[in-house]
Amino acid sequence: MRKPYLPLVVLLLFVVIIGGSWLRIFNEYWQLVFLFMGINIILTVSLNLINGYMGEFSCGHAGFMAVGAYVTSILTVWLFAEDKVFGPPVLPAAWAIPLFPVALIIGAVAASLAGLLIAIPSFRTRGDYLAIITLAVNYIVKSAIENMEFIGGPRGFVGMKRVMNNMADVFNAPWLLIWTFIGMIITILIVHRFVSSTLGKGVEAIREDEIAAELMSVNTRRIKVIAFMLSCGLAGLAGGLFAHWPGGYINPGTFTILKSTEVMVMVYLGGMGSISGSIISAIGFTLLLEVLRPLGVFKWVVIPLLLVVMMLFRPTGILGNKELSDVFPRLRAIFGSEEESYALASD
Amino acid sequence: MTLGIFLQHLLNAMQWGSFYALIALGYTMVYGVLLLINFAHGDIFMVGAYIGFFIATFLLGLGAGTALALPSWVILALTILGSMILTAGVGVTIERVAYRPLRERGANRLYLVITALMIGLFLEYLNLSTLGAADRGFPELIPTQVYTVGGVSFTNIKLIVIGLSVVVMIGLEMFLRRTKIGIAMRAISYDKVAVPLMGVPVNTIIAATFVIGSSLAALAGIMYGSAYHVLSFDMGILIGWKAFIAAVVGGIGEIRGAMVGGFLLGFIEIFVVALGQVPGFEWLSSTYRDLVSFTILLVILTIRPTGIFGVARRQKI
Amino acid sequence: MPLLQIKGLTHWFGGLRAVHNFNLDLEEGELVGLIGPNGAGKTTIFNLVTGAYKPTKGEVWFNGENLVGLRPHQITAKGIARTFQTIRLWNELTVLDNVCIAHASRIKYGLVDSILRNQRYREEEEQIKERALELLAVFGLEKYAQEQAKNLPYGAQRQVEITRALATEPRVLLLDEPAAGMNPGEIGELMKLIQQIRQDFGLTIWIIEHQMRVIMNICERIKVIDFGETIAEGTPVEIQNNPRVIEAYLGEEAF
Repeated sequence: MRKPYLPLVVLLLFVVIIGGSWLRIFNEYWQLVFLFMGINIILTVSLNLINGYMGEFSCGHAGFMAVGAYVTSILTVWLFAEDKVFGPPVLPAAWAIPLFPVALIIGAVAASLAGLLIAIPSFRTRGDYLAIITLAVNYIVKSAIENMEFIGGPRGFVGMKRVMNNMADVFNAPWLLIWTFIGMIITILIVHRFVSSTLGKGVEAIREDEIAAELMSVNTRRIKVIAFMLSCGLAGLAGGLFAHWPGGYINPGTFTILKSTEVMVMVYLGGMGSISGSIISAIGFTLLLEVLRPLGVFKWVVIPLLLVVMMLFRPTGILGNKELSDVFPRLRAIFGSEEESYALASD
Repeated sequence: MTLGIFLQHLLNAMQWGSFYALIALGYTMVYGVLLLINFAHGDIFMVGAYIGFFIATFLLGLGAGTALALPSWVILALTILGSMILTAGVGVTIERVAYRPLRERGANRLYLVITALMIGLFLEYLNLSTLGAADRGFPELIPTQVYTVGGVSFTNIKLIVIGLSVVVMIGLEMFLRRTKIGIAMRAISYDKVAVPLMGVPVNTIIAATFVIGSSLAALAGIMYGSAYHVLSFDMGILIGWKAFIAAVVGGIGEIRGAMVGGFLLGFIEIFVVALGQVPGFEWLSSTYRDLVSFTILLVILTIRPTGIFGVARRQKI
Repeated sequence: MPLLQIKGLTHWFGGLRAVHNFNLDLEEGELVGLIGPNGAGKTTIFNLVTGAYKPTKGEVWFNGENLVGLRPHQITAKGIARTFQTIRLWNELTVLDNVCIAHASRIKYGLVDSILRNQRYREEEEQIKERALELLAVFGLEKYAQEQAKNLPYGAQRQVEITRALATEPRVLLLDEPAAGMNPGEIGELMKLIQQIRQDFGLTIWIIEHQMRVIMNICERIKVIDFGETIAEGTPVEIQNNPRVIEAYLGEEAF
């Protein structure tokens, strides 16, 4: 059996993107584009778990992103930067490099706990009613942050730039891009492996027929809790990464329904229940936003129209519920088939 | 809080709730017939307000200062009528161009929802990019009069808004119960499979739903303009989302639900702010408005997942 | 002691009494039929026993344990599986996945194992897949393993439903109108199939069916209900000659 090339391809991508950014072959603009691509992939793939695989309609993903963004950045700023509110750094800057991913994980865990706010109502409610609950949770999170004066309230939270600068002073590398890349790969791996396990296929059974799933011994509540917490936690990871972007600030206004809508668009554009579709559409959508940037405000007239037309031509998204390797069997050499990716895991 | 101040806030809450209720009606009707959350509806409200603004400005400018100037009640009537008709046209066009083709292709319901979201964005930014970011001042079509009764002061506009929205709700309820089209709408929302087979022209009914929903949103838009005098490209977003939540809390698909949900949300929002001014409650700053109202709504939906008037349909196993 | 013992099961839907004081002792290895006119409350009884509905009153004892209050997946895990009146397969999933997922209660690995794909995960997944294929082979369905469930012919979908129910490793199997929509040839095969799985899997079977040919041929004992009340009980011969049963079915062609 031939080993799939996928790990090699991923490694190569990592070297090209990170190396290129390090050596300044990619200028700051392109680094930013890569950063947003990575973050959008995490957001899209994670939301696909709920809106695609489980067939629920969560429209508050940005709320969980916000939880992760604030928790992670408060931690990093408190620990590694001089700050008006939190005072001098608690730990030496050198520790920032190994502890940054820990802060990301804590942010993700906080977001996944916030995910319980929609996981528990989902036991009794589904469809459009659950959609409202996710919507309300998005507003509640945003409004709660706006009312926390000590972290800047509606004006937002700053200081992450100093954290990133301190890290770069200790050792100069595109740290954020590195962690975004790793976070993205981990996200894809987690979601892919979960939904292709028999345990995780319970998620799809819930979408197809929840009552039958429960009666065929699937513990639907447990599966829902896992799926929602996983999805929200990964959104929190994306938020934690996003909070450290070169702009150096976050504010509650970033995490509105509009942001949630953007993620939903990427999910449905790629295809419900297709991870490769999500990745393609996240990359494509990020690029589209950049290409149309010269249009200014007019961009947001063109993009919705483009999307509406695309929906009319492909009412199931780019890939439907198939994966890229189903559409182009030759790609199996890279991705490996189901059985082969099994073998891959045992290395 | 004295009784006078309480009544004052109550009137404010009823006016504010009227807007939610009128917009919620559009959501609820489309949802009932199509099971579609028409997320563009808040922006239809915005479109209605702007169309009203342009008609009113045009009519006011027509022969202004001369004997040819139209009497104000004619301008008001023409503005409301024109805006309702044109906005209904916008609503029906959207359904015809964007929603119906998707429906006929059997797309997943959620793709329709995304399309609706996109249409909303399109309307907002089309407005922003063609009309600019500056807010528009809505002309005073009804001369404001302030009455004071027993320490409670209120404007005629407030009364008109509240009165009109109640009349509209009652009218709509009668329409749905007495007319052929209304009965067909209720029938479709009850059974999506059998009713079309009975010879009910579904597409006509759907178009009628959009006509009613959009024209009511236009009416709400003009009243909003008359009450607050400020229009902006994004005026429909927040009010639209909130009205939708109100519709669901009331029990989506139910006219009464839209009304109760809308007024309920109006009351909560106004009284959270009002309570913050009462001694002992100063901690309740007005910035808590959204937090408190959405938390209350979340609790209501957790206790009654199908909303206040919504009836849970038992699933057949 | 009977394997499944139902005592005084009663259920109200709002103001409608759907099931009233239903009792049944199901001995290990029995094959019992439940019949009655449309709307008599048969499926409701299945829903009550499997936990899909919560009974207003009554007890369901299985293997010395009261099942009332347990969630459906727990009841299924204890050994009561069922099929549905209208086919409820997970349409977009493959036939193999349909059968694999029904092993859910026996999965011991957790989320983390599934992400790490460790030894434990791989062993369990392999076992599940193997067993699912074995089960499919019993019905000659293995050729459909990778097909989406919705693409199968009707009769095959019915068989997949039974296979899926068997995958939960039940001791009692509840069949809700398994012959619905089948032609006489298919019904003959179905009857053979039911006998066969009863033997091979050591099952106790409780069946709702409108096709009297099925009920009268394979059941040892029959219970008849109407308007939620038990109106008769006995062997097929006794039931066929029971005046109350004939009255309840008057106007129906079944007899």
